[in-house]
Amino acid sequence: MSSGIRATPEVTLERAAAPTRLEWRVATVVSVRAETRHARTLVLDVPQWPGHRAGQHVDVRLVAEDGYQAQRSYSIASAPESPTLELTIERLEDGEVSPYLCDVLQPGDGVELRGPIGGYFVWEVTLAGPLLLVAGGSGIVPLMSMLRHRALAADASRARSPVRLLYSARTADDLIYASELARLGSAPDVRIEYTLTRSAPADWTGYNRRIDRPLLEEVAWPASEGTRAFVCGPTPLVEQVANLLVEFGYDPLRVRTERFGPTGS
Amino acid sequence: MSDTPFIARGFHAKRANAAPNRLPPGQYETRDFPVLSAGPTPHTPLSKWDFTILDSSGTSLRWTWDELQALPHDTPTVDIHCVTKWSKFDTRWEGISVDTLFDAARAKGMADGAFIVAFCDGGYTTNLPFSDVTGGKAWVAFGYDGAPLPPEHGGPARLLVPHLYFWKSAKWVRGLRILQRDAPGFWEQLGYHDRGDPWREQRYQGDP
Repeated sequence: MSSGIRATPEVTLERAAAPTRLEWRVATVVSVRAETRHARTLVLDVPQWPGHRAGQHVDVRLVAEDGYQAQRSYSIASAPESPTLELTIERLEDGEVSPYLCDVLQPGDGVELRGPIGGYFVWEVTLAGPLLLVAGGSGIVPLMSMLRHRALAADASRARSPVRLLYSARTADDLIYASELARLGSAPDVRIEYTLTRSAPADWTGYNRRIDRPLLEEVAWPASEGTRAFVCGPTPLVEQVANLLVEFGYDPLRVRTERFGPTGS
Repeated sequence: MSDTPFIARGFHAKRANAAPNRLPPGQYETRDFPVLSAGPTPHTPLSKWDFTILDSSGTSLRWTWDELQALPHDTPTVDIHCVTKWSKFDTRWEGISVDTLFDAARAKGMADGAFIVAFCDGGYTTNLPFSDVTGGKAWVAFGYDGAPLPPEHGGPARLLVPHLYFWKSAKWVRGLRILQRDAPGFWEQLGYHDRGDPWREQRYQGDP
């Protein structure tokens, strides 16, 4: 086999035009918002932003004066309808990029990014049918884009896509978007359940343990053909929830996942 | 792409890059083994598992789990690079060289191609140039770090193509389809690069 064989002219013709490169763009920080002790939202103005779908992410690139560069991926928190692009960044203590984005970057600064990236972990309100969202920690971010997108849709569309969110965090202080979620959760067809895995306030009325089978059975929609699930969080949580949903009878192709971190807890 | 990168005000390297020649552009070293999968982890029992090579004429060659295990094993130690930016050095694998499988296919009269598509439990696919999975560059791996490959990392078996971004190393692989023309796989249809060379930073469609 010759190693020189490459795409034939036919392949080029099938791909009508050369794909457009995802260009690096310098976004401007419009404002910043503290979400929790460890998470901060950057509100960005991105020149010629091509738009995104709820669930997608961007790559952020930081280049130092000596040419050193670091890149990381961050989920988009804002709805596709939003005029600004919002990223919610969890500060990782030993991280290299997240401490810069959380502590150093200020309104008026520029930050380089490209996207949107990813086309599988995406949801649009036109996909009618019950929606199940399960978040662990900062895994809430891409799901928030879906909830915000849904909240902006017409009444009839919302009625066709009732949503349940199960949000797992260590403590009540670690819940991102708490007040906005309280508002969203008061709407018809939206049910939000929380579980705190480390400690809970004395007056806590939500769950108070890691997600297990009985908990998920209580919160998840019964399996049905049209139900879609999006699960985002640390690997052990996502493995557990996705496996259980398949056991409950969910179509594996409609259980979409984004994991972060290694195996094991 | 802007030719002059934008300098991030006040950003400095947090730690020295201990292995500049081993870390492709935009990557960082991790000691963890992160898991990335688009859906639930499939669990196919070994009694129902097989591995198939198909060529464009429709000829195929199939191995059961035990038949595959009976082939000569390799134990490559390699660096791996994920498009989500982490790289992990000196990962230790056990598997069968793809060359061994193609040798058996050729002995059966099957034709080489210009490309392959790996297909997997769960419906995942990924496309690769034929020349990227031959010549000692790719394996069907079932052992990791001295133990069976865990399901969340692609067990019972995954493709291992360490010189390309790791989404090309398809988890839960069940076979290779030999093609004369390139046909984009799962992530490639969703905007990821057809080849995925980390040293050229071929992350997404349109990257050089």
